[in-house]
Amino acid sequence: MGEVLSPVAENRSRQREVAAALRAFLPQRAVLFDEEDTRPYECDGLTAYRQLPMVVALPESEAQVQRVLATCAAMGVPVVPRGAGTGLSGGALPPGDGVLLSMAKFMRVLRVDPLARVAVVQPGVRNAAISEAAAPFGLYYAPDPSSQIACTIGGNVAENSGGVHCLKYGLTVHNVLAVRGFTAEGEAIRVGSAAPDAPGYDLLALTIGSEGMLCVVTEVTVKLLPKPQCARVVMASFDDVEKAGAAVAAVIGAGIIPAGLEMMDRPATRAAEEFVHAGYDVDAAAILLCESDGSAEEVGHEIARVEAVLKAAGATRCTVSRDEAERLRFWSGRKAAFPAVGRISPDYYCMDGTIPRRRLGEILRFIGELEKKYRLRCPNVFHAGDGNLHPLILFDAANADELDRTERFATEVLEKCVAVGGTITGEHGVGVEKINQMCAQFRAAELEAFFGVKRAFDPRGLLNPGKAVPTLARCAEYRRMHVHGGELPHRELPRF
Amino acid sequence: MSLALFRDVIADAAARRAPLRLRGGGSKDFFGNEPRGALLDTRSYAGVVDYEPAELVVTARCGTPLAELERILDEQGQCLPFEPPHFGAATLGGCIASGLSGPRRMSAGALRDFVLGVKLIDGRARELDFGGRVMKNVAGYDVSRLAAGSLGTLGLIAEASLKVLPRPEHELSLAFAFAEAEAIEAMNRWAGQPLPLSASAWREGALQVRLAGAEPAVRAAASRLGGEPLADAGAFWRGVREHSDAFFAGAQPLWRLAVPSTTPPLGLAGRQLIEWGGALRWLRSDAAADEVRAAAKRAGGHATLFRAPDKAPGAFAPLDEVLMRLHRALKAEFDPAGILNPGRLYAGL
Repeated sequence: MGEVLSPVAENRSRQREVAAALRAFLPQRAVLFDEEDTRPYECDGLTAYRQLPMVVALPESEAQVQRVLATCAAMGVPVVPRGAGTGLSGGALPPGDGVLLSMAKFMRVLRVDPLARVAVVQPGVRNAAISEAAAPFGLYYAPDPSSQIACTIGGNVAENSGGVHCLKYGLTVHNVLAVRGFTAEGEAIRVGSAAPDAPGYDLLALTIGSEGMLCVVTEVTVKLLPKPQCARVVMASFDDVEKAGAAVAAVIGAGIIPAGLEMMDRPATRAAEEFVHAGYDVDAAAILLCESDGSAEEVGHEIARVEAVLKAAGATRCTVSRDEAERLRFWSGRKAAFPAVGRISPDYYCMDGTIPRRRLGEILRFIGELEKKYRLRCPNVFHAGDGNLHPLILFDAANADELDRTERFATEVLEKCVAVGGTITGEHGVGVEKINQMCAQFRAAELEAFFGVKRAFDPRGLLNPGKAVPTLARCAEYRRMHVHGGELPHRELPRF
Repeated sequence: MSLALFRDVIADAAARRAPLRLRGGGSKDFFGNEPRGALLDTRSYAGVVDYEPAELVVTARCGTPLAELERILDEQGQCLPFEPPHFGAATLGGCIASGLSGPRRMSAGALRDFVLGVKLIDGRARELDFGGRVMKNVAGYDVSRLAAGSLGTLGLIAEASLKVLPRPEHELSLAFAFAEAEAIEAMNRWAGQPLPLSASAWREGALQVRLAGAEPAVRAAASRLGGEPLADAGAFWRGVREHSDAFFAGAQPLWRLAVPSTTPPLGLAGRQLIEWGGALRWLRSDAAADEVRAAAKRAGGHATLFRAPDKAPGAFAPLDEVLMRLHRALKAEFDPAGILNPGRLYAGL
């Protein structure tokens, strides 16, 4: 799946030229091009893909960002924006012939308005830091991707990040009111507004989740919500994974929208329990975590309903958190699921497909068959309430054959997600990682329309080129390779 | 009417560069700038395509009457949480194209927040499927939400998938005697607390607030807030949502000012009805358009000339130059011949 792209720039003179142009207005230390300085930027959270950027720019003001973009546009140099580099799809993979634009210095919370319930922040502010700044006012920022202590709001905007509370509180697109930034040519734009329903097309929705391909964001206005007075979580065990899946549908069918509804299968539960001792039932085939939040009256009422539904759906055990410490302990295993799985395998590959919830059992059976077919283990954690799956394929990257089997395993799972009416990515983005699977999800007409959107914002294709939307030629090649029933020909060719 | 027929009509119009006026029930003919072009009636392409209540998603064709869709959801104890106004025989297609949300927007979110996917027939007569039928989907640009509120200028919304939610278990409405500034302050203060607020409307010295949620939570909040129970609350909120309230009667121009919720009283001449915790200010006024637009802009918002005998000042607040260029560029990609509802949103789109 992964690959280390060719080393930077045969053309050192181009590198010097671009660096000199940027140093005309940026301090020396804010323009990096020596390999030892640019090495930390060679990949994001998807470490299988690496590429040294030709130049790294670290502006600290909007005016500098504007000049970086205008300068690069004038010189025809590609630009890739980057936040904290925690992305899981290679969206911030640098251009070997271009500038990596790090927004890391934009770390200020500019304003928290408790009465209006908004915060205005710079893009390099960490997701969790927004809630920390709002906490003294009894407010918080709802989307909580699992990387929230490290990931930044700029990256969240680029990826339309989710988290474990999306079903009730939405994704980034539901919680950001406005962004300010620059187009690829360095023109200032402002989309959305602190007032509802900004006039014209919803360019804010278009910008959020655009993976840094339409504009560079330099300021974000987010919505803050009152912190619920209390929260409790029900942990339920099931002796059958499909029963657990049916229980998820039963909760929602009963008219309950829980604050969080997560599921883990036995291998994932065991890995997590060994790692953090969350008190999970390691004999259960699957466990569900169902959280209720709100006023004490509301939570008490909802928890009772949830328990009744889960028991009727065949839960073999139900435990309700008694206090905040226990609630956090129940969640600790789920939140540590990825690193926990990391302990039991040299490498793991995290998928991000979303399916209609009613197809959960079918997908789980399918994944079970693929484990046998490819001789690889695959624990499963799900944002069950949203139908968002994170199967984790365990492999050893040092073993080329395992890497290859992992890639084919993942491709089959994502294509199955599309086949049952879902999508190849629920919250991690396409980036470079799932660009081929885009060909399975969309037809040529939609892909061409996406390029049209890109042209409208960035006619010369300088911002984050080559990500998220595959060319039609690439899709033709991808489809051709899939004619032979899963066996990929031309194994010598690089495949992303 | 079939999709193929829609495509034929659009392809033919594009070839002749002949404007088309996309129209469902015609309930929002008044909205936006004056419609023009040959009528393309979407009502015959109707019906629910897929609805599985436990998925919280409904997919329906554009011509489906909004009332019928809401009835089908209601039978399963579900609803469109953004409470779209009907203003008559509305269809789903027109509902999404207009992008209008009702009283519950302040708590549940806007129409666009519930759009999961659309099937679009664009001005090149391409049939395009964006988004999908699942809650979380970040594959490709979010063209579905771009289509919401685009007034049909990018494409005919042939089909849409929406997230739906359970109907609130319990509702209770309260009334308070508050002056305008006091009401704005109270609405914002309450909205910052964990209260089950669902809708608010202030007019003529009275603030009406609707609470919605689990019954114990609603009762606890009501006893905390005080106020008087609102008589005939259902009719009151229907009046606000559907503009059947007396405030909306008559021919005086109706402005829709969207502002940050904490904006103090705007001091414009005329009568007001304030919704969405202070963020939506309906204004009946003969004040000059420039004056109304300038007041909204100063506050960080914008003013829409919603209903008026004369829409010469333009229905929507003008965009800055860069945004307008992006709008034109998007229009050129989806409708290069400029035939779909031309001018309805802005001149030149």
